[in-house]
Amino acid sequence: MAATEFWSEGEPVVDKAAPDGPVETRWDRRKFSAKLVNPANRRKLTVIIVGTGLAGGSAAATLAEAGYHVKSYCYQDSPRRAHSIAAQGGINAAKNYRNDGDSVYRLFYDTVKGGDFRARESNVYRLAQVSVNIIDQCVAQGVPFAREYGGLLDNRSFGGTQVSRTFYARGQTGQQLLLGAYQALERQIGLGNVEMNARHEMLELIIVDGKARGIVVRDMVTGEISTEFADAVVLASGGYGNVFFLSTNAKGCNVTASWRAHRKGALFANPCYTQIHPTCIPESGSHQSKLTLMSESLRNDGRVWVPKAQKDTRKASDIPEDERDYYLERIYPSFGNLVPRDIASRAAKNVCDEGRGVGPGGLGVYLDFADAISRLGRKAVEAKYGNLFEMYERITGEDPYEQPMRIYPAVHYTMGGLWVDYDLQSTVPGLFVVGEANFSDHGANRLGASALMQGLADGYFVLPNTISNYLASGPFPKVTETDAPVVEARKQVEDRIEKFLSIDGDRTVDSFHRELGHIMWEYCGMERTEEGLTKAIGLIRALKEEFWTRVKVPGKGEELNQNLEKAGRVADFIELGELMCIDALHRRESCGGHFRGESQTPDGEALRHDDEFSYAAAWEYFGADGKPTLHKEDLNFEYVHPSTRSYK
Amino acid sequence: MAASGTLLVLFLFAHAAGNLKIFVGLPDFDHYAEWLRELGTPLLPHAWFLWIQRFGLLAAIGLHIWAATVLTIRAKKARPVKYAHRPKVQGSYAARTMRWGGVIIVLFVIWHILDLTLGVVNPATGDSDASQRVVQGFDPERWYVTLFYVLAVVAVGFHLRHGIWSAVRTMGQQTTKGERRAKAIALVLSVVLVAMYLSVPIAVTFGLVK
Amino acid sequence: MDIKVRVWRQSGPSAGGKMVAYDVKGISPDASFLEMIDVLNETLILDGDDPIAFDHDCREGICGACSMVINGVAHGPEKATTTCQLHMRKFKDGDVIDVEPWRAAAFPVIKDLIVDRSAFDQIIQAGGYISAPTGTAPDAHATPVPKKDADLAFEAATCIGCGACVAACPNGSSMLFTAAKISHLGLMPQGQPERDSRVIDMLQAQDDAGFGGCTNAGECTMVCPKGIPLSLIGRLNSDYRKAITKR
Repeated sequence: MAATEFWSEGEPVVDKAAPDGPVETRWDRRKFSAKLVNPANRRKLTVIIVGTGLAGGSAAATLAEAGYHVKSYCYQDSPRRAHSIAAQGGINAAKNYRNDGDSVYRLFYDTVKGGDFRARESNVYRLAQVSVNIIDQCVAQGVPFAREYGGLLDNRSFGGTQVSRTFYARGQTGQQLLLGAYQALERQIGLGNVEMNARHEMLELIIVDGKARGIVVRDMVTGEISTEFADAVVLASGGYGNVFFLSTNAKGCNVTASWRAHRKGALFANPCYTQIHPTCIPESGSHQSKLTLMSESLRNDGRVWVPKAQKDTRKASDIPEDERDYYLERIYPSFGNLVPRDIASRAAKNVCDEGRGVGPGGLGVYLDFADAISRLGRKAVEAKYGNLFEMYERITGEDPYEQPMRIYPAVHYTMGGLWVDYDLQSTVPGLFVVGEANFSDHGANRLGASALMQGLADGYFVLPNTISNYLASGPFPKVTETDAPVVEARKQVEDRIEKFLSIDGDRTVDSFHRELGHIMWEYCGMERTEEGLTKAIGLIRALKEEFWTRVKVPGKGEELNQNLEKAGRVADFIELGELMCIDALHRRESCGGHFRGESQTPDGEALRHDDEFSYAAAWEYFGADGKPTLHKEDLNFEYVHPSTRSYK
Repeated sequence: MAASGTLLVLFLFAHAAGNLKIFVGLPDFDHYAEWLRELGTPLLPHAWFLWIQRFGLLAAIGLHIWAATVLTIRAKKARPVKYAHRPKVQGSYAARTMRWGGVIIVLFVIWHILDLTLGVVNPATGDSDASQRVVQGFDPERWYVTLFYVLAVVAVGFHLRHGIWSAVRTMGQQTTKGERRAKAIALVLSVVLVAMYLSVPIAVTFGLVK
Repeated sequence: MDIKVRVWRQSGPSAGGKMVAYDVKGISPDASFLEMIDVLNETLILDGDDPIAFDHDCREGICGACSMVINGVAHGPEKATTTCQLHMRKFKDGDVIDVEPWRAAAFPVIKDLIVDRSAFDQIIQAGGYISAPTGTAPDAHATPVPKKDADLAFEAATCIGCGACVAACPNGSSMLFTAAKISHLGLMPQGQPERDSRVIDMLQAQDDAGFGGCTNAGECTMVCPKGIPLSLIGRLNSDYRKAITKR
């Protein structure tokens, strides 16, 4: 679809930093060609890093170790609370410690294919190369990975891969990796190399002479607005899953840092690629504030089913075997309950749409362990999944040993993000984006245990090598409070806060967020159609207008004001939501986490259109009411040739 | 706390063992009291060893109280605003009564010295034997004194039940199995000690020792 | 269900505070405790009142942000459960529930139920790390770690830094938090070179931050949402004794 009433099309965007030649040598050659900064000059260079998760925390620690002056910001009360901490499963690395045929090339191959051929080969290859260094680094920091009796690291196979390359620390891998990065960061803070600003939120990007030179932040305790300057700005502010209101993200996760940068010129790529995780605990009522993920590993022993009949309100135990539909086993006989995330999620949605869902509101399917318990015994099931069963019982009040779990898909991760080149630099010079906040490595779908890998790869190994190429041309001319762009950025922030506080309407911020979430989930969730997306764009625009006239934000700006914080985030989510729908509308193919109802095979599977859509869609902001402009970055596959994923 | 406490516990056991001598016979008990003063002679002059012991004990008590006071002051400073709603005891009762228990024990010890060592508040005359002071002090007529002793000794028991275990932990005990063992030992030692101490006044009050 | 909550309200760090009662009607037993406060806040906002400020983020029991003392117990009545994972079905219709912030000099109140826990970060800064600059690491399999040690280190490392231990401690001590980190790092072979300086420096930082002293009262471990065992304090004490005698 060419330009329409919703968007216009601009020049293609090109990754100028990407090296060519054999894929195995690209990263080495890029590192060699990058300019270096003399160690003595590094302390004269300041880098601002927004976010302290795996990517931001590891980048801050590493750049400070290298000798740069780092200023770090996070909205949480401590850098240790960034949402990377909640990742459960594990982290991939091509160590081949199992001697099961794994290699850097295989991890590269699996990731490109798993991303449904919508990621860059160069980036993914680098990710696979660096993955081995990450494990070494984390072990050296004292991360307590699971080990075998011989004292060596344990591995498991994860997310349907055929090799065991996932390193883990029980169900708390993200926590342990983040604490490793956090401790390295705290060490640098203690040494005076990092200036840490917790409970500070970035509200604007400062661009001077075309370069990112600082940010405007609000002290969330006092409400004070300040401008912070640097030679480069790094965004490590995470994903935007909370646009759906209900997601597995933390309540505070937001898109504001990225969106403010987008409004100032950074392209936003592939916003519609959303990963929806199949095994979450369903909503229990209108009070629901977030959704909780249950580890994917449960599908190894649990069987997914719904009643064959619609609106069957009998208790699960009263439904006889022949009136149950084990739909994953039925539709996908070879993979059964272990089909990839996107497929399991959509299948659950389909059966619920047919009116066969279970639990309150009919939005749930059973994940049944009765077979596993009778086959392995309760003890064995308890040993494997005891903590997960406890967590489930704590939240739902139901005992999964006695009755099947109820699960439903929920938004979990966003593959899209700010467009970056091979150096992780956005289209604004001096603005770098790392971790989930960028779009670079996962394509249209992320494999299990790859998010932690990418966050740490960016922060520990990629950014510290590429940012020097940019900083080598610094220090840049001094920026002061009185420079016109600084004054303007500050005023934008102050005006916006003033506006929020002055509307004094009759609806709470949360009520708008919830409504936005409903629209997004309904029309831009697991299945998208042209009709639905068009409708959603209209609904979002109306919601935006209503927000700016009816929102009620209590309190003042000069104090701790959690509703003021939320108002700014929701306002940005509303704008992002519209762009997501436009991106989803323009991509008339199904790929990875984006399923278009119009583009499916006769038996209901995702159908890609490589001839038309083998590109990353990078969007340029054109004013709140103008049309966004599409810039395409063509994707070339020299090594892994696009094929159809099949799990039947 | 742990080091001084350990010394005090050792003393308590020696003291309790000596007390039991009374069941052998009153003259034996008095002989034991005299022996305490002879101990160390002729290397040391009469009663010097006892005084050395007493100074050691006083130092241990002083250190114990000083450390407890420092901890208490720090605790008060560490929580300047109290909880509006706070259940009295969340952990073990013994642990939560260490401070007031300690104060009660100090008051008791002062009384105890005035009563049985110096005889100031004891009905027995000034130059009486130790056994006389014991027998007259716990006379059935003076049941309230015995009751006070019982309560105080039970307080000592509580104090030790947490104190002994806590000292072991402070010295570096660090396994869960060891923790259970240390707690059991602390309980047994406390109960044994309480039984040893209570046996004398109760026996006297009930006329078993005359 | 209908309940009454009495919540500590304090407008700022230097302001005085008091318990204020609110009725919450028709709350679902399936709502979490924080969702109950969300619902209450929505009505407060629309009534023109100041909503209750409280720390929370992941709402799945791992970030350590939520921090409420509920009826005098840090994180409330359910064992090994953070406030965010506590659900209203643990209460009865008609209950009166008292909600207060963590109370410790080292955790000053910022507003209502929000306290400043940066003292914990300072303890970590003092030595709660292994110095391993990026890029210097040997192969991950270079040093095997006995499974027993790795498992215990992991158990200690599950601490979420919420501060419930301090809130519950009758002495306002942060010993369990510090002991967990000392144990995690001290059990790993990579943590040995800095083991002595770590324990000395972290204990000093803990004292400097204004936490109370440990008397092994054991209330910390009873409220710890991750069940960090009290035995780790013994490990810390042992490390400290060895470090001091070597010095």
